This record gives sequence, structure tokens and C-alpha cells, in this order.
Amino acid sequence: MYSNIELFTMIAIIVLLTKPLGTYMYNIFEYKPMRSDKIFLPVENFIYKITGINPEEEMDWKKYALTFLLVNMVMMIITYFILRVQQFLPLNPTGAKNMESSLAFNTVISFMTNTNLQHYAGEDGITFLSQMIVIVFLMFTSAASGLVTAAAIMRGLSKKTTNLGNFYADFVRITVRLLLPISMLATLILVWQGVPQTFAGKVVVDTLEGGKQTIITGPVAVLESIKHLGTNGGGFFGANSSHPFENPTWLTNMIEMLLMMLLPTSLIYTYGLMINNKKHALVLYISLFVIFILLAVGAVYAENHPGVAYSKLHIYGKPYGNYEGKEVRFGVSQSPLFATVTTAFTTGSVDSMHDSYTPLGGAVPLILMMLNTIFGGDGAGLQNIIMYTILTVFLTGLMVGRTPEYLGRKIETKEIKLIALAILVHPFLILFSSALTVMLKVGASSVTNPLYHGLTQVLYEFSSAAANNGSEFAGFIGNTVFMNIMTGLVMFFGRYITIILMLAVAGSMAEKIPAPPSPGTFRTDNAIFGAIFIAVVLIVGALTFFPAVILGPISEFLSMT
Amino acid sequence: MKRKREIKTWSREIVVGAIKNSFIKLNPLYMYKNPVMFVVEVGTFITLLATIFPTYFGSTPDEVGYNALVTFILFVTVLFANFAESLAEGRGKAQAETLRKTKKETMAKLVQSDGSIKIVKSSELKKGDIVICEAGDIIPADGEIIEGLAAIDESAITGESAPVIKEAGGDFSSVTGGTKVISDRIKIRVTVDEGESFLDRMIKLVEGAKRQKSPNEIALTTVLVSLTIIFIVVVMTLYPMAKFVHVRISAATMIALLVCLIPTTIGGLLSAIGIAGMDRVTRFNVIAMSGKAVEAAGDIDTILLDKTGTITFGNRLAADFIPVGGHSKEEVTYYALISSLKDLTPEGRSIVDLARKMGAKAPDDILEGAEVVEFSAETRMSGLNLKDGTIVRKGSYDKVKEYIGEKGGSIPDDLDKEVEKISLLGGTPLVVVKDNEVLGVIYLKDTIKPGMKERFKQLRAMGIKTIMITGDNPLTAKTIAEEAGVDEFIAESKPEDKINVIKREQAQGRLVAMTGDGTNDAPALAQADVGLAMNSGTMAAKEAANMVDLDSDPTKIIEVVGIGKQLLMTRGALTTFSIANDVAKYFAILPAIISETLPAIKVLDVMKLSSPTNAILSALIYNAIIIPILIPIAMRGVKYRPMSANALLMRNLLIYGLGGLIAPFVGIKLIDMIISSIFGM
Repeated sequence: MYSNIELFTMIAIIVLLTKPLGTYMYNIFEYKPMRSDKIFLPVENFIYKITGINPEEEMDWKKYALTFLLVNMVMMIITYFILRVQQFLPLNPTGAKNMESSLAFNTVISFMTNTNLQHYAGEDGITFLSQMIVIVFLMFTSAASGLVTAAAIMRGLSKKTTNLGNFYADFVRITVRLLLPISMLATLILVWQGVPQTFAGKVVVDTLEGGKQTIITGPVAVLESIKHLGTNGGGFFGANSSHPFENPTWLTNMIEMLLMMLLPTSLIYTYGLMINNKKHALVLYISLFVIFILLAVGAVYAENHPGVAYSKLHIYGKPYGNYEGKEVRFGVSQSPLFATVTTAFTTGSVDSMHDSYTPLGGAVPLILMMLNTIFGGDGAGLQNIIMYTILTVFLTGLMVGRTPEYLGRKIETKEIKLIALAILVHPFLILFSSALTVMLKVGASSVTNPLYHGLTQVLYEFSSAAANNGSEFAGFIGNTVFMNIMTGLVMFFGRYITIILMLAVAGSMAEKIPAPPSPGTFRTDNAIFGAIFIAVVLIVGALTFFPAVILGPISEFLSMT
Repeated sequence: MKRKREIKTWSREIVVGAIKNSFIKLNPLYMYKNPVMFVVEVGTFITLLATIFPTYFGSTPDEVGYNALVTFILFVTVLFANFAESLAEGRGKAQAETLRKTKKETMAKLVQSDGSIKIVKSSELKKGDIVICEAGDIIPADGEIIEGLAAIDESAITGESAPVIKEAGGDFSSVTGGTKVISDRIKIRVTVDEGESFLDRMIKLVEGAKRQKSPNEIALTTVLVSLTIIFIVVVMTLYPMAKFVHVRISAATMIALLVCLIPTTIGGLLSAIGIAGMDRVTRFNVIAMSGKAVEAAGDIDTILLDKTGTITFGNRLAADFIPVGGHSKEEVTYYALISSLKDLTPEGRSIVDLARKMGAKAPDDILEGAEVVEFSAETRMSGLNLKDGTIVRKGSYDKVKEYIGEKGGSIPDDLDKEVEKISLLGGTPLVVVKDNEVLGVIYLKDTIKPGMKERFKQLRAMGIKTIMITGDNPLTAKTIAEEAGVDEFIAESKPEDKINVIKREQAQGRLVAMTGDGTNDAPALAQADVGLAMNSGTMAAKEAANMVDLDSDPTKIIEVVGIGKQLLMTRGALTTFSIANDVAKYFAILPAIISETLPAIKVLDVMKLSSPTNAILSALIYNAIIIPILIPIAMRGVKYRPMSANALLMRNLLIYGLGGLIAPFVGIKLIDMIISSIFGM
């Protein structure tokens, strides 16, 4: 027996938190006076002072994009060198070696782009210092980067000035006021539930058999909280959130899922406030939840009904679902739910091995990453949602007999060129790199299964990279020079091209004078638009990825029946 | 009578020309301008090679027939798209031809510097030359009357055979080459050089010789190109991925899949839609200077309308008879009727009509021996001196007061009040006098044209704001505005008011349309997003506007907005249809490709097609013939009635969105049944 009670409990909690948190983020982005100013303002002013940031300086879209890119690049270069020399640095109780260059290249891109595809093993591939000043540091800054660029885009669509804000000040504020406080709170809860937070390193214990076992601990809880809050996904351990130290209980599993969902959902409310059209935001919110729920329920169903091969396997006389690759403490319902959340919200942490899922159960996370729009990661998700919304408005808006307009601003050749390019990036990266990988011997050697499942592995890896998700189809061999470079590039382009194009769209939209809505304008705040939006996301997604999905998971499913 | 500018789309001449042109347009140098169809053409070339050299393209020799079929269908697809465009262009050319017939070489009477007249060919005239035209002459070039007054037959341009009066000075001084002087003699200063005349430009526009893609067309093409690139990536990457799972795809099948997926339906019809949209405007006797102007018309948020001549008839019609000084209503009505029996102005006729309607009847012999006193600017009174000596007059308040004073009559106390009341309502009072007695007042009202109220209601439903411009006082303006149902009015307007209102609306993000004819209007016409000049107006107005109405009917702006909307809607609807079609094509082709390797894939073959080859061919044939099937919609435009955006959206979504999802399932199945049963394939 299974139920979707956890799914709906989580959604209920998220819905309750959306408004207060969305309003809070709105106040941060809009520099509104807040009660917490007493605590945070001195901190921020101190940071401005020592770094020489002038928070009053306004940036147009080009300057904002350039600053964002530059700051990210600098962080990548610094962390790259730390990983390359980590064994000479302190805090290395597990004796990790310096990271190999292609792996370090992959890792810094992976964490800076909020992907957290991990081609290293957390246990022995990385020092505690690197865990903190590379991994955790990038987890905060990549989430902040996504959120502030989203804020800049929202401003472009709502303001009458061509300036999108100040990247540095936004970046400091969102980190100080949002990411740090929430992750601190989450860390404490996780520690209470048994997640370690220590520098002790290895613990050697005597087992019942009389042998010795080395157990690696470390500063796990702090990583675990920002990993989910920041929709990052990289694990302290190779086994990620299926490891009992990362995710010990049913409760931590729920908390981790809620943390992933928290910011991307609330950000849509923030968007409604920013553009002064809460109804439009509500329509998007509901539409996305509709797709999310459909896929979540589908994944849970698929894992509970694994088909012929399992029909003879009974536990206490009852057929049970597909337990392969799943933790018993989460079971066959919570695991696929986690898989759905982690891919919808492009986090990439896993509490079960997606490679072991039934073909259709495993197709759900794959499809979510291909769509890359169902809430998505912190900030980046909203940017994709806006991209799809503008596409939807353009494609169907003509049908009311006017040049399509979004939020009162006309969508003209300049914006549509940028949007068309942005839409192209994601499928191009996934399909092109997947095709290249199966064609080249050096790539195909990473594929550990033949035929359909093997193709799914490849598609999964690159969808995960392009969507900046980071979860793995565990059987796939990621840590090869070829794959490190390929996925590194895919992650890089998947992240930066989209964000910069969307900033350009925002910059261009900001120059337009918004026309007040009239009965003659295409409405984006009613149920019809919600339905069209869902249809466009699904049809454009389906048209792009249907052949690949058919050849992969669907053929695998059909070959088993 | 109007000469109908109707040209049949499917006339033999046009169709034959279009077929010929469809082949000429196969030239890749021309095709690449339409990227979607260019991809199909390149695909055709590749499948042709695959037919000739099958083994180099992943086909076995026994698949040559299949490759040849695919090549043929693709070739036809390109031809269909070219045919659609040529057909639309053909109509324009046919229209241009009729216009060109009016542009005959004529002889002009050129006035030389010494004042003598020399006969020259019209083609030799230059800008600034002065010519003389007399009754029966064809005006040799566009120009301005600098001396004289004439009746001119402009039917060559407007289709309207009733002559118009043009005279030197003022807003009715411009004449168009090719039109004919019917009476009198005028001196004209030529204002354009040969080849740049209004007629020349009209011919070029109608013919589409200088057709440029409009902004929205470019934006839409961008999206279509983006989709095409995505599908090229999808199909190209499919090959190695399919190979990995041991599925073999031949080059011809890959190209068939690609062509089915890229938006060929809208790609093939896009330019035809644009040309046909312009053409619809032309058929409406409006010349749009660019496709951009027509598109902008669809986007209009605010329309500026002159009150006089557009919303109201301009001439004031009798609305009521109001007695004063204790006289009865019957009395004033009767004498108002008598006073106007010989008054042939529209005002006079309306007084007679209204009085009769109200039951007044003049004795049959009343006019016998009566003396008619005509209206003059000086007396501002008119009426009759009857045989029995009774003097009946109607006239303006001031003049009547003077007149009564002279005659020693007295002014009733309530006259002032009634006159003022009418003025405040926006009417014109005419005082009726019998001998030296004031009987009452005729209330002349500015009458709103029939149907205007309903139109303003429609415009409001469409979300378009209307602003009325008038020289009247605010109270009068308000009365008319409320009665007509316009949203806003500008009273006592000065010439610069129009441009200020336009700028104000534009600053709020609105697109503004206006009509105008005077030189005064030129700056505002230029500033407006859609400026519709009247053909009867000055050259300056026509130059500044981006549309010219040959019938000089200012209310047409409303229909032009409708045509603009229809153009955009047609594009949107067919784009939606085209993309929605892809879903069914996938369900036809993908199972067909995979079924050899994995028979279980047949569950996805929801159409239950007869064989894999037939499935691919059916999808491809559907993809080709849907283009000519939709040509009528592309030419005519999707049905449009003024309604709210939401209602329009729902309607179009159901027909073209849902229809677009379902139609290909039915179509492909039908084609499959036909080719499998008739051809036994």
C-alpha cells in the first residue's frame, strides 16, 4: 500500500510558507525598511565598508550581467586553486589528495553553477577545509547569484528605469538576510535529528563481528542545510542524502524536501509583488504545481508498481514495490517523491539511486530536468519560468489580434530573438552532448548499461548538467577526463547563457513603456492562461525530447512488458 | 456608384501565374529568405541524392522507391508554399494592373516663364512646373491648385464616380495625376517628379514590389527559425542515439521526420498572410504605406476622432420646436415649416421633415405668389413673404433680435432662456418669426451618424479608448460625447491639441490612431502610430500619414483596426495550429521508426496505421496538403468579430489549438487508409 499523503502534507506546508517568505524576499529585493534592519544593517554596512561596495550605485543590465559573471569567475578561479592544493592545507583528517585538474575544473563549475554534479567521492576526495571554503562557500554564493539575477530580471519587468539594481548589494543582502539565517536554523534541526557537525574526522569503532570499522564524520549538518535551501545538491558523502549521516530520519527527509521547495515557490509570490500582479503569479504557481503533482504521483505509482519482474516478490504475502537502490527508512513512496522534488527544484541531492528506478519512475526525474521549468532552482528556476511565459505569450498572444505583450510591454523582435536563443540552449546542450557521447568511444565507455537503459544514463547525466541539477544516475561513470570536461562545459553554458540572455531580455523590456491593461489585451492572470502555459511547457518540452525519451526509458519500459 | 475593387482570388489568370511563379521561386537565392521552407528544399535535394545513390545514405537499394516518393512529396510541399505566396502576390499584381491602366501618357499644357502655353508630354513634367487644365483634361501629374476651382472626377483612384470640388488655397487644393477635370479651368503647380506620383507609389505598394517584412513577421520568423534549429538538433542527434539502441534510420526517413516537425504550415503561409492582409486593406479602398502600419492598426489602444464629419454629420438637423411668448407648439411648428419650404439646405430639409412628422401641414397653395428670401451671410435669416403679406422668417438669435427691434416688435421674456438652453445642449437655436412676433425656437442638433454608438460600444469591448476632438464649447462637446458614447473628449480644441493628446497617450504606453485631412493635421498624423489621411485632404496630410483612405471616410479607421487585428490573429492561429500538429506526427513517425527493433512500440501507434512506411508517407503527405487547404484561411484571414481579447482567445484556441491537435490524427489516418486501400501499398 502506498499513499501520497506526504506529498500533499508538504505542499500544504509550502503553501503556508509561501506568502510570508515571498514577502520577506520582496522586502529584501526592494530595500524596504524591515524590523530586522537593526540586526542586519550593521552587518551589511560593515561588509560594504571593508569591501568598498557602494550599495547606492545602480547598474544597467550589461553592468549587472558583467559583474555577476566576473564575481562568479573570480570565485571559480580561487576555489579551483584551493582544490588543486588541498592536501597541503589544514583540516584534512581523511587524508584527501590534491584534486586532479579535470575533476577540479568540473567541480568548481559544478558548484558555482548551482549544479553540484559530483564526480568526486566526498569521503576521501576532498578535505574538510575544501568542504567548507569551496563546497559550502559556493553553495551559498551560487544560490545567492541565482536569486539576485532573478531579482534583477524581475525589476526589469516591473520598473520604469533601465537600471536593474546593484549586484553587490543584492548579493550581500540576500546572503545575510535570507540564506544564512534559514540555513542556521535548519542546521540546528538537523543536528538535533542526528546529523553530525564535527571536525573529528574518522571514528574507528569495533564491530560486533570483532572487526574494525572506520566511520567518517565531519561538518555535515551545515553543508546539508544550505545544500537543500540553496537547491545545490552536492553531498558530503558520495551516497548523498541516502547516507544516514546526511539524512538520518523520516523527519530529516521531509525537512530536506521542504528546504528544497521553500525558496523557488516563495519566489513566485515575490514575483507577483514585484510586478504588482499577484494573480499572474498565482496562475503560474498553480500551473507549476499541477505539473509537479502529476509527475510526483506518477513516479510514486511507478515505483510501487514495478511490473512483471517483481510480481512474484512478496513481503509478508504482499507484493512490494521496487526496493532496489532505496533506503528502507524512506521506502518506495518517499524515495520517488524525493527524486521528483530534487529534480523539479533542480537540487540534485538524492536519497535513493535513480539508476535503479523502474523505467517510467526513472523517466520522471529525467523529464523534470528536461523541462527545467517546474519551479526550478533558486532564482534560475524563475528565470526559466519567465522565459517560458514570454514564449507562451508570444505564441498564443497573437490570437487576440495584438502584438503580444507581457506585463503591458510589447514583445518585439529584439526580445524574441533573445528568448528564442535561450529556449534553444537547453535542448541543444543535452541532445548534442548525449549524441556525441554515444558516438565517441571515450564517451561510451562511461555508459555501464547496454541499449535503452544505457541511453537513459547518458541523457540523464547531461540533462542533470544542463539543468544545473546535479543528481546522478549512479551507474554512470562520471569521473573521466572526457566526462569532466563535457559536463563542465554543459553546466557552464547551461547556467550562464540563460541567465545573461534573460538579463538582456529584462534590460530590453525595462526600456518599454508599459501600457495599462484593457479588455483588448491578452490576459496572463486567469485560468485560460494557466492552461495554455501548461500546454506550451509540455508540448515544447515533448516535441524537443520525445524522440530521446522514447528511445530511452519508454523503449526500456516497453521491452520489459 | 462605387466601382467594386473586387478581384477574384481563384481567377484563371492569377492561378496560372501563381503556378508559374511557384517554380520560379524554387531558386535557392530566393528560398533562403524563408528559412523554414529553405530547410525543406535542402531536404528535398538530399533525398533526391538518396534516391540516386541509396547506399551512401543508409538506404538499401530496394528503398529507392520510398526515397523517390519522399523526394516527390517534399518537392510538392515547397511548391505548395510558393504557390500560396504567389497567389497572394498575384492578387496584388492584378490590382496594380487596373491602377496602371489609369496611368496613361497624357499631354500637359505647360505654362512657360513668359506666360505662353506649350504642349508637352506628362512624363516630361518636373516638380515646380505650372500647368493648366480645362474641362475634359486629364490632370497630368500630382499637384496643387494655385488658381481656380474645378469639379474633378477621381473615380480612377477612388472608384467613386461623383465628382469632387477642388479649389486653390485651403485644404482642398491638391489634385492627383490621372484624375479628370470635368468643369472649369485650373492652374496647377506640379509637386512631384515623374515616377514618384501618388499613383506610382500606390501601384508599387499594391504590387508588393517593395514588400518588407513587418516587425511582427520578423519576430515570428525568429521563433520559427529557433524551432527549426531545435528540430534539426533533435533529428540529427536522434541518429547516433538510435544507432546506440540498434535502431536504423535512413536519411530519407530522418528528413521526413524533420520536415514534419519544423513549422512548415505556418512557414509556408506566413508571407501569404502578410500580403493578403495588406490586400484586404487595399480592397477596402485604403492604401497602407507599409505592413507595419497595418500591424500597428491591430495594436491600437486609443483612437482620436474629429467630431464633425466623423461622429456627427456636421450639418445640424432639426430636433424640436420650442414655443415662446405664450405661443403654441403647433403654431411654431407650422411657421417653422412655412419658413423652410423653399430652403434646400440640409438644415432646411430637416426642419420640413420634422415638422411634417409632427403633424404640421402647409396648404397646397401657400407658395403661390410667395416671395422667397434666401439666406445670406449678412442677414443670416431666410424665409417667405407670403401672398397675403405675412412675413415668415427664421434666423439666428442676434439677427432676429435686431430685426424685431427694427419692426417695433417685442422680445418675449422666455426667449433668452430657451435659446441659452439649446446652446448649452450643444444645439443651434433658430428663432422663428411671423411679422414682428417671435413664435419660438427651432432646436437644430448636431446628429450622430447612425451606427456610431454601436461601433463605440464594440470598440470599448475591444478595449480601445475613443477620444473625440471638437472645436465646440465643453458643454456641447460633453453632450455629444455622452450621446455617442466616446470615452473622452477635447473641447475647444486648437490645432496643437491633437498632437499633445497623442503624445500624452503614447507616454502611457498606448498606440494611437487618428484621421485627418488638413495641413494642420499633418504633424499629428505623423506622430500617431496609425495616421489615416483622407484622399480629399491636402498633400501634406497624405505625406504625413501612413494610410490614405481613397473614399475619404474617416470612420473607416475602425475597420482598419479590425483588419490589423485579423492579420495578427491569422498568424497566431496558424502558428498554433502548425505547432499543435506536431504531436500527431510524432505518434505516426516515431513508432514507425522503432517498430522494426522493438515491436512493443506499437502501443504508441494510436492511429493504427497500416505499415511503418505508410505511416511516414501519410504524415508527410498530410504535412504537404495542409498548406493548400489552409490557403483560403490565410488569404481571407481568420474570422474576426469585435469582442474582448478573452473571448477571441477562447474561440481561436478551440479552433486552431485543439483543432490543431486533433486534425492531423484524423488527416493522417485518412491518408493512410487511402494509400493502403487504393494503392495497395
